[in-house]
Amino acid sequence: MPPDIQSGLASTLSAPQDSQPVVVFDDVSIRFDVKPVLQNISFTVQHGETRIILGPAGGGKSVLMKLTNGLLKPDSGKIYIFGQEITAMPERDLYKLRAHIGMVFQESALFDSLSVEDNVAYRLHEEGVSEEEAHTRVVEALKFVELEQAIHKFPSELSGGMRRRVSIARAIISRPDLILYDSPTGGLDPITSTTIIELVMKQRDVSHTTSLLITHRLQDAFTLAMNRFNPETGKMEPIPNKGVDESTKFLVLNEGRIVFDGTTHELVTSTDPWLREYLA
Amino acid sequence: MPFVSPEDYAKQTVTAVQEYAILSWQALASIFSRPRYWADIFTQMDMIGVGSTAIIVLTGFFTGCVLALQSATSLRQFGSVSLTGNLVALSMVKELGPVLTGLMVSGRNASGMASEIGSMKVTEQLDAMRALGTDPVRKLVTPRLYATMFMLFFLTILSDAFGIAGGALVSILIMGLNPSSYFSNSYRALEYADVVQGLTKPLFSAFIIATVGCYFGMTTKGGTQGVGKSTTQAVVVSSVFIIIVDLLVTRAMIGIFGR
Repeated sequence: MPPDIQSGLASTLSAPQDSQPVVVFDDVSIRFDVKPVLQNISFTVQHGETRIILGPAGGGKSVLMKLTNGLLKPDSGKIYIFGQEITAMPERDLYKLRAHIGMVFQESALFDSLSVEDNVAYRLHEEGVSEEEAHTRVVEALKFVELEQAIHKFPSELSGGMRRRVSIARAIISRPDLILYDSPTGGLDPITSTTIIELVMKQRDVSHTTSLLITHRLQDAFTLAMNRFNPETGKMEPIPNKGVDESTKFLVLNEGRIVFDGTTHELVTSTDPWLREYLA
Repeated sequence: MPFVSPEDYAKQTVTAVQEYAILSWQALASIFSRPRYWADIFTQMDMIGVGSTAIIVLTGFFTGCVLALQSATSLRQFGSVSLTGNLVALSMVKELGPVLTGLMVSGRNASGMASEIGSMKVTEQLDAMRALGTDPVRKLVTPRLYATMFMLFFLTILSDAFGIAGGALVSILIMGLNPSSYFSNSYRALEYADVVQGLTKPLFSAFIIATVGCYFGMTTKGGTQGVGKSTTQAVVVSSVFIIIVDLLVTRAMIGIFGR
């Protein structure tokens, strides 16, 4: 990439404009071998929006998340992140772009040979941040996920829920402009799932970070849409008058195609037979 | 097991060769640009080099012992037992030292690299690394490649030295040869071309061990079973490559130096 474009990218990324969509998928398709995984996917995620991605297992949700982070390249179509087309972007420039994106993986994907502190501080160490500052920020991030007591432990010593929380801490430590949550509650018990959803909500309502969240649990999705985080009590609470969070929207995928793209209200009032059956 | 058509098999093979070549090139070239992971290079030097010292010393020593015993039997028929030192030194420095060291390090480290990186692949740690802005080739493959190339060179020297020492032990204690005669013959047998040949081979072997081990690790598929498969493939392929490349390097060296 020429230096002028590179510096343009850096300036755009350091301060994403509120009016500009953060994520744009334009007619994106991808297939593995002969099997189409995603077909003609088009949607937009605005600044400050939380987009919940629902759908049956094997519908291409995780692939969509990896496409958003440039970890996979589509066969056709274009993807824009912070206004920059990433489909044709060289890997070296993608590494710079990813400095503004946090990602929570399905199985946490913590580095098992590193302690919790080194896992959370990984990006800071790569950026050459001093040990003292990195430690302070790690403690801050672990406090956010209420796990500061586990700072010296190793991933193998943590429970599944604790690993997800460390993964969230690792994703938010660099204060990203976009967070991708790939099934953060997958395989967890209901109480731990609610704790994780509360953290996602806290990040949404306190930091107003744009995010994409995959979940298989409709309950988690609607908890996120119909509750808000109260910073005074430190707990989530229902939005009064059965209200919904306006910044939270839904995208439903089935067999690699979008079957719904819209608000919570539009989702629950949809007359689409497949969607009604799925939500039932 | 599903039947794979010859066309698909050929395409898969060509793709694998292409991916291996790209990975090797990227791993070699990454050292010439930032960021460089020096701490990882030194850690790998410790794990690959220092960690392999014991097996290399033992292998070299006992190979030298056996070589002296075996060669003495043949040399006795010609009344040339005193030339045992020549034979041991030449065999160890030109051939057995480099090849056996390569094979031993391959068995220990190509498998280790494939299983370590393969485990990271199947648990999405490589994707996590990329998502956190780090190039896995630069962070994982380049340090292993340069650490192996640097350490295998010295491990080979160690193996050669202990092999000659093992040969000396057998020649002196069992066959009753004069120590100064053994070492003097060993020293005189070696020429500059022999040493160059013996120390060029570990560079190629190290390149094969690191790139093949990392390639199979980074292309691991299918969970823990896949990790096991990659580990086995890495050892088999790197061992066969080491022996084939040994032949090619030997031929090239004979062409260049005339011996």
